[in-house]
This record gives sequence, structure tokens and C-alpha cells, in this order.
Amino acid sequence: MIEIKELYKKFGKNEVLKGLDLTINEGGIFAVLGPNGSGKTTLIKSILGMVIPQSGTINLNGKTIKKDWSYRKDIDYLPQIANFPNNLSVKELIKMIKDLRANNTDKDLELIELFKLGPFLDKKLGNLSGGTKQKVNLVLTFMFDSPLVILDEPTTGLDPISLIRLKDLINKEKAKGKTILITSHIMSFVEEVADEIVFLLEGVIYFKGTIPELKTKTNQPDFEHAIASILTDSYA
Amino acid sequence: MLKILKYSFYDLMRSRWSYVYFFFYLLLGIVLLFLNNNLSKAVITLMNVIITLVPLIGTIFGVMYYYNSKEFTELLLAQPIKRTSIFIGQYLGVALSLSMSLILGLGLPFVFYGIFMSSAIWDFTLLLVTGTFLTLIFTALAFNIALSNENKIKGFGYAILLWLFLAVIYDGIFLMSLVFFEDYPLDKFSLIGTMFNPIDLSRILILLKLDISALLGYTGAVFKQFFGTNLGFIISTTVLSLWVIIPTYFIKRKAERKDF
Amino acid sequence: MKTHYYIIYLLFFSFLNFSAFGQNLEVCNSCEYKSIKEAISKAKPHDIILIKKGVYKEYNIIIDKPLTLLGENYPIIDGENKGEIISIHADSVTVDGLHIKNVGTSYTEDYAAIRVVKRRDFVIQNLKLEKLFFGIYLEKANHGKILNNEVLGDAVEEYNSGNGIQLWYCKNIEIDGNTVMNVRDGIYLEFSDFCKITNNVSKDNVRYGLHFMFSNDDLYENNRFESNGAGVAVMFSKRIKMYGNVFKDNWGSASYGVLLKEINDSEIIGNTFDGNTIGINIEGTNRIIYKNNDFKGNGWAIKFRGACYANSFSHNNFLYNSFDLAYNSKLNDNKFDHNYWSSYAGYDLDKDGEGDVPYRPVKLFSYIVNRTPETIILLRSLFIDIIDFSEKVSPVFTPDNLLDNHPQMKPLSND
Repeated sequence: MIEIKELYKKFGKNEVLKGLDLTINEGGIFAVLGPNGSGKTTLIKSILGMVIPQSGTINLNGKTIKKDWSYRKDIDYLPQIANFPNNLSVKELIKMIKDLRANNTDKDLELIELFKLGPFLDKKLGNLSGGTKQKVNLVLTFMFDSPLVILDEPTTGLDPISLIRLKDLINKEKAKGKTILITSHIMSFVEEVADEIVFLLEGVIYFKGTIPELKTKTNQPDFEHAIASILTDSYA
Repeated sequence: MLKILKYSFYDLMRSRWSYVYFFFYLLLGIVLLFLNNNLSKAVITLMNVIITLVPLIGTIFGVMYYYNSKEFTELLLAQPIKRTSIFIGQYLGVALSLSMSLILGLGLPFVFYGIFMSSAIWDFTLLLVTGTFLTLIFTALAFNIALSNENKIKGFGYAILLWLFLAVIYDGIFLMSLVFFEDYPLDKFSLIGTMFNPIDLSRILILLKLDISALLGYTGAVFKQFFGTNLGFIISTTVLSLWVIIPTYFIKRKAERKDF
Repeated sequence: MKTHYYIIYLLFFSFLNFSAFGQNLEVCNSCEYKSIKEAISKAKPHDIILIKKGVYKEYNIIIDKPLTLLGENYPIIDGENKGEIISIHADSVTVDGLHIKNVGTSYTEDYAAIRVVKRRDFVIQNLKLEKLFFGIYLEKANHGKILNNEVLGDAVEEYNSGNGIQLWYCKNIEIDGNTVMNVRDGIYLEFSDFCKITNNVSKDNVRYGLHFMFSNDDLYENNRFESNGAGVAVMFSKRIKMYGNVFKDNWGSASYGVLLKEINDSEIIGNTFDGNTIGINIEGTNRIIYKNNDFKGNGWAIKFRGACYANSFSHNNFLYNSFDLAYNSKLNDNKFDHNYWSSYAGYDLDKDGEGDVPYRPVKLFSYIVNRTPETIILLRSLFIDIIDFSEKVSPVFTPDNLLDNHPQMKPLSND
């Protein structure tokens, strides 16, 4: 369970999070949405401890994350831009991350099979295409089986087949009772996988609930229009 | 931290630049020793190279490595690893791989030349120790610059400026102030002045071995005590260590507070 | 008849023998003579006094006739710090093979282990002198020899210590093969001419290894002066020859390999100056030839203090000195030619073994250090290299005619 209270963060003069409160219960897929600059990435990075907030608390399963680092072994994170040391091979990278987390999982084999990465294992990461890198990124994320999974734009660069496999994978992970946080710009993808929507606007939570609830609230027949109506309302 | 160090170290050891750096020193060592065939001259030339080039390479490599591995660093930050471990580990990885290129590159030709049989072994060892110190110091300074500047170009600019200042400009100002205030007792001032510049400090440390006779040419009692006894060596080494410890501490502090 | 002649011949010969070689007087605990003084008082001129191994507590031994004092297995004469030990007041005295120690220290009189006053043709050799004030002290003596002695002092301060071998108004003295350590001045000469000082070692002395003033026409050859407080001082003298000496490790703010002051018409050839703060410090010296010397690893190889004219430096090696030359004026009347300079960076396109561009031995930094000595702390800094280079390209502060037009490409073998 993630509990966030009164979270403030500014970069220089730019206030990004303005007293954000959010509680995410265990289990299910949560999509964090919002226009550009609404603080999605900042929120995720705050949870990961990569961004240090000015004030406010973040508790993970009842424990504060401040000045701690060990809680991250219960999180799997997929960064937005997958950029790895160029002179490592895929195999070495996987081995290294396992070594760094001191976790000797063998789930990576299954994932490599799933994303058909076999032929690329001995290639240097610098020579891979963006899509293949993203697949490697996905393998690294899902291989540890942590109870909380955070995916920042997971669909970037994926071909349709891989996209389908990713959706399957996410649903499988959800079935294990994991909590999954996703940001994405692809509304169809969100609509398909998300159980709940967290909508950020100007540094606070504007809306939190299921997709049907959102549709009712905005009086829109479909999801995309619902989102669009929030935005037009707020900018009007 | 050791794991990060290990991976950064391996990463750099595989990179082209480490080899370029290594072969540069290897070539320099070979040219100095086998074409010149004179150990004293070689040691003096090496000193000039070490106190100017090592800081430059340390600074540029440090900044470059930091910016180039930025995304990878972010990947690491999401892992259950202590923040300071990541940065101190990377810093040590860069500094140690550079030091190793230096020590091996220069060491090999000297070993083949038969340095162990020669009395210059101590001069040479001191050169390598000072070179390692300078690498540690300037890589740490470079990491500090890179951590404080998101903008790559700006970071590089500051790094070069830092080198230029400490390698050349500082001494120019220093010299002018000494000549300008020549009517006042200056020995303490001049000794303290060198402490604030790691390049000067390293130079003094090497001079204590190479040019001790010239350093004793000045009549001031403070100089005499500093250079004529072990005091100079002890103080210089201590301050040089501080020059490593303090910037490293700042890396740790900056790393703990920075957003990514 | 034949036998008669033989007896006369024998008598004559033994008489000759007595007068020329003297009689042997033995000194020891169980001998006829128990003390040296006693033996001397009983001896006739040209006798040999043979001193056997033992300890003789005597001082003020005055040799007033031509005798030979010969020690067997280094007998010890212990002066018990009471005053002077042996004074020679006769010509043709030989003192050989003694171990003399505990000379009295005084602030009013210069007590010596052995002293010669106004006499000639003496030989002082194979002595060991220890715990002394002055060692061997010659006053107005001449034509004597001081050979193979070992003088070992325990001097710490200048004011309460004396010199190892001291000559004052002496002529034609030969000093060879002595070792002098830990005294004030190792060898000291004042107003002494035509002396030959060869093959001596003088080291670890508090002040000068060799010190001489107002002494002309002397020769110094193959001596070794090492780690002395202030090196070697040569002042107010003419026609001095210094050949093949070694000046080594004389360190300190006022320390030199050699300090030359008011020296004219001399030759300094084939010497080695190694690791001194200043190799040669020159002040007011004229017409001196410096040739085939090696200057190695000194702070300054040569430091000019002014008023030096018509000196010539050729075929010397200047190897890895922090500064080759220090010059304090813009004028130059000295000649530098055909030397090897290790910091020469020129080229030799015509392959004649000599650099095609002249070498400027005075650096701008050397000039700056002369003016503001503390700037020495910037030695070998990159900034200093840059200003030295610009001065080399267009001299502003240093004499522009001070050049070596034929710098050698390889070190000269000066052995």
C-alpha cells in the first residue's frame, strides 16, 4: 500500500507537486494520467526516491521511505528512456542487474523467450534498435517479481505483437496480486488494462476512480473524450 | 558500492578511451626511456606531463563519464542501492581505471628498463603516487561539477576552466602577488598559497625529491624547516589527502540531495 | 793489513750510521722509557723514538730536536683535554703512526693535536686524531708533508670548534691522502703559497670542507668535498689550479660546492659538482678558465654575483640542474662555448654534433628568483615554463649576448 500525504516539490521556481495526497491500495492496475508537466514522472520518481520532495511523506506498507533505500527491492521500475552502458552485451546487463540486486531469479529466461530476445543476447546494447532496447528494459523490470511494479511509458517503440504480449504479461502479473502503476499516453492501452485512473492536474490529484466513474463524472460516452473534457474544462 | 565500482571499472576498462590513455603513457614511457636513454631527464619530463596532463584527463574523463552514464545511473537509482554508493562507486571506478592506465602505461616501460635496479625507483614511485592523487582529486572535482550542472556543455566548460585555472592562471596570479609584495616576508604566504592548489602541491611533493637542492637555496627559516626536514613531505601528503577527501565528501552530499 | 782496513771501515760506517739514522729509543710500560717526554729529553738528534702500543697520558710534548716519533700499532696519546699535545720546534721532524686524542678546548688559545711553528722539512703522517680542537696546525712552516692522516672531530657548532688541518703563512706544503671529518673547516689555508693539496677527503664538516684566503699559486687535485655545512670557500687568491675535485651534496641556504670571491687567473678543470645547492658561486672573479667540469643535479650550477669579467666556460656538462645559470645583471663579459646543456631543446640538422640554434642558459625564472627568492616555490610550474619560453624567444630581462653558440648534442666525456 502506498500512502502519500501533502507532497510538495518544486524545481527552482517551478512548483510541480502542490500538496498531493494519494492512497493506492494493494492489488490492481493504476494508470497515472495527466497533461504534460502535470507531475506524473515527478510523482513516480518521488516514490522511487529519485526525486527528493520539499515536504510531505510517502509511506510504503506503513513505513516511510525517507533516507531509506532498501525498500526499493520491493519495486520494479521501467524507466521512460531505456539507455544502457553501450559496451555491455544484453546478457551481461541482465547478469549485472541481478548481481546488483543480489537476486538470483531465473524468470529472465522465460521473459527472453516471451519477447524473442534470444538472438540479441550477445549483442552490445549500443547496437540495438530502440524497440529491442525497450524489450530488454521490460525483461529487466519484470524478472524480479516484486509486489509493486512501476511502468513509465511501457509501450514506447514496441511492435504490435510485443504490445499484445506486454498486455498479457501485465494482466498475468496483476493476477498474482501485484500493484502496478502505469503512465502512458496511449489511451486505448490505458483503457484496456487499467482498473483505476489517477488523474493529475497542476500538481494535485484531480480525479481518482474507475473508468466508468470518470465517464459518469464527465458525462462523456468514451474514455478519450472524458479525458479531453477534463483538459478543456481546466484550460477554459 | 564495491559492486558499482566493479562495474564502472569494467565498463571503462572496455572502453576505447582507457586504451588510448594507456597506450599514450606506454608510448611516452618508451620514447622517454629508450630513445633518450636517460633516467633523470625522463623523470623530469614525466613530472611535467603528470602535473599538467593528469589533471586535465581526470577532469575531462570524470565529466564525460558522468554525462554519458546518466541514463544508466537512473536505472541504478531505481534499484535497491544506496545513492551515495552509486556515485562514490562510479567515481572510484573512473578514478581507479584512469590511475591504472597511468601506472601500467608508465610502469611497464620502466620495469623493462630496469627501474628496480636503479636509485631512481623512489623518484619514479613518487611520480606515480602523485599522479594517482591528482587523478583522484580531479575526477572528484569533475564529478562535483557534473553533479551541479545538468547542462553538459556548461559542465564541460566549467571543467576545462577549472583545469586552466589551477594549472596555469593560479600560478600566474601567485607569481605576480609574490613579486608585487616582495618587500614583505612571504615565506609563509607562499607555502600556504601552494596548499590551495593540488597541482602546486603535487609539484612541491615531487620537487622535494628532484630539486631539493634548489629549494634549500632560499635563506628563510620557514622554508628551511619545511623543505629541509620531513615536515614538507608530511604536510604536503596530508593536504593532498584532504584534497581527495573533501571533494569526495561533497560528491556524497550532492548525490544525497539531487533530483533525477 | 786487510783486517785493519776492515775495522776502520766498519767503525766509520757505524759512525755514519749513528749520525744519519740515529739510535732507537723504545717507549712502553716495561721499557727503559716510560713516557714520550722522557725519551725525547734523552734522545740525540736524528734518533728514532719507537712508541709501542699502549696509552700515554701526556700533553705539551715539545720536540726540540730533529727526531722521528714512530708509533707501533697505533699507541694512544691521551691529552685528557688539558691542552696542546705535540709541538714541533725543530726542523726535520717526522711524526708517524700515532693515535692522538682529547685535545683541550679553549676560547683563548688554539690548542692543536700537533703543531709546527716556523720549521721546515717535517713529515706528519699516518696519524689518527680524535676528539680534538684543532688537528694539525702549521704556523709559518714550509717544505713539509702531511700525509695520510685521519682527522675525526666531534664539532657541532662553529664557535667552539677548530679546524682539521690549518696552514697559516706557510709555503710549499704537500697535503696528500688525508681524511678530515666533523671539524669546523676541514682544511684551512691563510697566506699560504705554493701548496699542493691532493687526494684528500673532507666531509661532514660544520663550516667549510676547504677554506682558503690570500693564498696564491696553490694546486688542488683529486680531492673530495662532501656534505660540508657551507662547501668550499676560495677567496682573495690568485693563480689557483683546481683539477679533478669532487664537490658533492653541500646543501643549505648558504651552501656551495665552491664559493669563489676575488679570484683571478685561475683554472678550474675536470671537477665534478654534484647535488649542491649552488655548484659555484662567483663574485668578483676574473680570467678564470672553466673547462671539462660536470655540473650535475645542483640547485644552481653557477651563480654570478657580479663583477665577473673575462671568464670562459667551455666543454662543461650541465646536467639536470634546477637552474644552469643565475645572472644578476644585463651585461655579460663571459664566454660560454661548446658546453653540453641537458635542457637544450634544439636540433642538429647538419649532424656535426653541435646544435644549430644557440642555447640561452639564463632563464627568466632564474632572474625572478634572484629578485624574489620565495618564488622558488613555483619552480617547474607550467606557467613558469610559458614565461621562460617567451623570454627565450625575445630576451627582455636577461643579457641577450649570453649564449652558447655551439651547444653540444651529447654529454661530453670529461673523465
